Amino acid sequence: MIAGELMVVALIIFATIACAYPFGIYMAKVFGGEKTFMSKVMRPVENFFYKFAGIKENDKQNWKQYLKSFVLFFGLGFVILFAILSVQKWLPMNPSGFGNIRWDTGLNIATSFCTNTNWQSVSFEASLTPFSQMIGIAVQNFVSAAAGLAVGVALVRGFARKNTDKIGNFWVDLTRGVLYVLVPISLVVAIFLVWQGVPQTLGNTIQATTIQGQSQTIITGPVASQVSIKMLGSNGGGYFNANGAHPFENPTPLSNAIQTMAILFIPMSLLFTFGKMIGDMKKAWSLFFVCIFLFVIGLSITMYAEMSPNPVLRNAGVASGLNMEGKEMRFGIPSSALWGQSTTVVSNGSVNGMHDSFMPLSGLVYIFNMITGEVIFGGVGVGLASLLLYSILAMFIAGLMIGKTPELLRKKLGVNEMVWACVGLLTPCIVVLILTAIGFVTPSALSSLSAKGSHGFSQLLYANTSMVGNNGSAFGGLAANTPFFNLTGSFAMLFGRFATVVSAIAVAGSLAKKNQSPANSTQIPMTSPAFVVMLLAVIIIVGALTFFPSLAIGPLLEHLKMAGM
Amino acid sequence: MAKKSLFTGEIVKTAILGSFVRLNPASLWRNPVMLIVFVVSSIVTVQMFYLAVTGQSFGFELQISIWLWFTVLFANFAEALAEGRGNAQAQSLRTNRSNTIANKIEHDGSIKTVSATTLKKDDIVIVSEGEIIPSDGDIVHGVALIDESAITGESAPVVRESGGDRCGVTGGTRVLSGKLEIRITAGQGETFIDHMISMVEGAKRMKTPNEIALEILLIALTSVFLCVTVTLPVFSNFFGTQIPVVILASLLVCLMPTTIGGLLPAIGIAGMDRLLSRNVIALSGRAVEASGDVDVVLLDKTGTITLGNRQAVELIPVDGVDERHLFRCALLSSLADDTPEGRSILSLSKEKLGIKGRDIKAPELATFVPYTAENRMSGIDVEGRKIRKGAFDAIEQFVHSLGGSIPNKARIAVDSIAKNGGTPLVVSEGPDVIGVVNLKDILKENIGHRLSQLRKLGIVSVMITGDNPLTAAAIAAEAGIDDFIAQARPETKLASIKKYQEDGHLVAMIGDGTNDAPALAQADVGVAMNAGTQSAREAANMVDLDSNPSKLLDIVETGKQILITRGALTTFSIANDVAKYFAIIPAIFAATFPELGILNIMHLATPHSAILSSVIFNAIIIPTLIPLALKGISYKAMTAQKMLLVNIFVFGLGGLLLPFVSIKLIDMIVVALGLV
Repeated sequence: MIAGELMVVALIIFATIACAYPFGIYMAKVFGGEKTFMSKVMRPVENFFYKFAGIKENDKQNWKQYLKSFVLFFGLGFVILFAILSVQKWLPMNPSGFGNIRWDTGLNIATSFCTNTNWQSVSFEASLTPFSQMIGIAVQNFVSAAAGLAVGVALVRGFARKNTDKIGNFWVDLTRGVLYVLVPISLVVAIFLVWQGVPQTLGNTIQATTIQGQSQTIITGPVASQVSIKMLGSNGGGYFNANGAHPFENPTPLSNAIQTMAILFIPMSLLFTFGKMIGDMKKAWSLFFVCIFLFVIGLSITMYAEMSPNPVLRNAGVASGLNMEGKEMRFGIPSSALWGQSTTVVSNGSVNGMHDSFMPLSGLVYIFNMITGEVIFGGVGVGLASLLLYSILAMFIAGLMIGKTPELLRKKLGVNEMVWACVGLLTPCIVVLILTAIGFVTPSALSSLSAKGSHGFSQLLYANTSMVGNNGSAFGGLAANTPFFNLTGSFAMLFGRFATVVSAIAVAGSLAKKNQSPANSTQIPMTSPAFVVMLLAVIIIVGALTFFPSLAIGPLLEHLKMAGM
Repeated sequence: MAKKSLFTGEIVKTAILGSFVRLNPASLWRNPVMLIVFVVSSIVTVQMFYLAVTGQSFGFELQISIWLWFTVLFANFAEALAEGRGNAQAQSLRTNRSNTIANKIEHDGSIKTVSATTLKKDDIVIVSEGEIIPSDGDIVHGVALIDESAITGESAPVVRESGGDRCGVTGGTRVLSGKLEIRITAGQGETFIDHMISMVEGAKRMKTPNEIALEILLIALTSVFLCVTVTLPVFSNFFGTQIPVVILASLLVCLMPTTIGGLLPAIGIAGMDRLLSRNVIALSGRAVEASGDVDVVLLDKTGTITLGNRQAVELIPVDGVDERHLFRCALLSSLADDTPEGRSILSLSKEKLGIKGRDIKAPELATFVPYTAENRMSGIDVEGRKIRKGAFDAIEQFVHSLGGSIPNKARIAVDSIAKNGGTPLVVSEGPDVIGVVNLKDILKENIGHRLSQLRKLGIVSVMITGDNPLTAAAIAAEAGIDDFIAQARPETKLASIKKYQEDGHLVAMIGDGTNDAPALAQADVGVAMNAGTQSAREAANMVDLDSNPSKLLDIVETGKQILITRGALTTFSIANDVAKYFAIIPAIFAATFPELGILNIMHLATPHSAILSSVIFNAIIIPTLIPLALKGISYKAMTAQKMLLVNIFVFGLGGLLLPFVSIKLIDMIVVALGLV
């Protein structure tokens, strides 16, 4: 049975790759302004948007203008979402009569969805009206993902262009990201999910009578559309708090498979978009290799951990030692592990099981996935950006070791690139550590933990890495809807998002201005095994060195204690 | 200049002193990594004194603080040593000059004897035979034979004369014969040597962009580790474990990239030292590093690729002419030819005929026809024979006038020589052409090898020559030059440099003439010959004291070495951290969580011995690596990928494994000595 399930896991991964490759090339065309098969439908809509918003399509921006547009757009979205949440009681579509959202919670939710984190400190189905979900949340699910896409694309342009300060137009990239990328595929996925039995209705509740004759309120709503974009846009915020473990969000193994694919789909495709944009698919494959390598290693560890007999259960005399705690029976262990691995590497944050109940080693892998800065495929757009920042770091050291001024993709790496790579990759680590430390000296934070010792430590560490990494998945067991977590969490999510975004756009600007070195220059090409080794080593070492002590006293210690060592 | 050993007593003594002087935070400020170690050491020391005063045991704290201080001192020592060596080298160049007397021509024309140190720019001095040239300058009058051995170590004297491209003289060199009027081009403190000294003095040295970028990475890593260390006691407090300050301090210093942080300034300075020991004065550190990046090199043909003069390599007789007869005639005809080409025919003929120099006697009653630029041939009239040797068209005219003609075989030989990059000369006897001399550009020894090394580094060599394209192509092919620019004029150099730069190349060029100055200034790395004109030297960013153009390879090599050494030590430094974590983390939690003892894979004896061993390793690795930092990592031409893999293997994997072994060994010693 397990072998069959493993086959399914492999099949899902290969199917994703097969779809991602052509889609990546399609995205390169979209962001390059080329004609695609969608143009007929979308071009008029696109033009309408530009006319409506007064955007001149051909006005290219330098990095500061691009960043300013990004910030402006973020600010607008934030204010609107925060306002909706604060007054949702009086807005239409409130069949269950939900009240307004408390200000600190509202702040947290607004930050969370505008930063593409989708950390949910409250149960949405029990506190957000369909209006808030559709007009507030769902819109951000699209546009925060599209904004991330724009950032990733802008950075790639920095590499692909030379002697210019222009890196594209944010508004155009944003519009195209929504119209040509997110809307069409989320539509396809949503229809698929509806077929699989995911509800899509404007009615919020169904009154049912159970077989015991009691009355039960079953919450439904526009679930399918919400779910498809939450998976595709590395959002992860479910319609229901139980997220992908909820039978309405994820009813069947098939819906589970397609959702897992959806998590990885765009981030993986973007690697090929990158290859197409710089005109060398081999380089895309080499980044792909780095990602899939780390992905499979992590996946293997979690699968091993989850399938090994749980020592606690074994000692308690339970016959089957498989760690089914916190997992849906209908998915089984491999699929749950695959989802867990996918959702943490891709800064998605949706879950189809409870990570809190996974084995400590899985927790360790998940935290590691997030602290590396979400680069193993990573969040939509920003994952690619972080991976390129890591490449800058790796190539800087590698370039020195061959006695040349380091060069990446024919661009010389200087002080500017170094500063921003460090800001983008290392400052988030610092913030995770500091916020976690602040948590441990704050009594109200400590009272939110549901466990003591290593497990409690992991809960807090996981929460902070998840928020700074803009992942949004919860370890579970942490009562997060407190002013402390809402506020520090907002800061964490903002910092995590902007550290990456500002760095990526600044580097894009700095690189675009530079001339390209000759194509035949004797540098380490991105395709060389030496570079791949170097990049892998830098990603692992940065993560490992920063969090060695934390991982040791958190998940590792728990694992050792559990194993009775 | 004799090769100096790395550690001479005097320099080491000064450096040891210097490493204490540099403990001053104001000077440590330039090295942030070490500044933090300094602060941490101070904190541990204060705590140690507190423990001592309050009567608690402080042996462990004492040992840790001593080793922490040594970490800073070792780093200071590395920098001071590199500086000292550079200074010593520069000073030895300068001493010659400091006591020099100069004969300065005053405005009224009188001559006044002044000290060389008072000379200012544009002063005119007179230097006579046997005197030392007081400062750098240009010859305005006269020609002289100059001994530059004080600077270049080359014992053969060189000719310098006014006008032309060989008018530059350097302070400290000696006039062997002749009298010169020199316009001083550098006042006190501005000469190349002064410049050089400021390049090796840490405090005045400008950091290169690459160095700054690396330093940013080191500072960022340091900040991360600072956070790791500061948050750790908070985390451990959650588990009810207190971590003493001394242990946190040890963890921090071990994790920080102290190895590369401590050696970084020394690496840059030592690079300058090495260049200086190869008699190249770099006028900016940036240029030295840029030279590692150069991918196009413009080389003048003459003097760089070929020896200055063409030489006869073979004589081809026409049908029916005895080869020995041809040699004899060629020899006779060249007796009156004083050009290097003529002399080379002479020596080739003598060699073939097996006669020695003194056996040659000019035939009696012979009339010599010397070589001139007008007649373009030389020869001898003896016993009614008119033997001539000269350019093809000149001889053709000559034999025509005597009623002869050029035989077909000679024509074919002439054509084929020209096609192969040689210069044909024709030998005639009366109206008969008897043979053809093949004069060839003689490639410098090893030039093929050096150029192929350049190619391995991915550097394209471009030859610049005034020759016609045919000749140029032939020489380029023979030498293994990648590309050439034939019939080049001075402005061609500048234009081609710009063209290469637009395509993203980094260009190096070597020049000596005044008309090279714009191109030298435009090139990313411009190397001026010391013998060259002042304007060339001012436009360049490096001056080669030996005036040896193939020095560029050394410069490129040094530039690369600096970068490689930096990269390798950074990799090493970071890779080291893994082992230190495995030593220190289980030690910190040994009491609270014995489970974490599984991380103690080195089986270090006790928590204290583990921490002390890590700190000791961290400190002594710096002096251990000083020789590597000063000499630079040996550099072999190989493909970039291979080099990277080799370096990852040696410094990455080596840096990962070495501390495991070393810390274990130190731990055994520490335990054996009963230090903890």
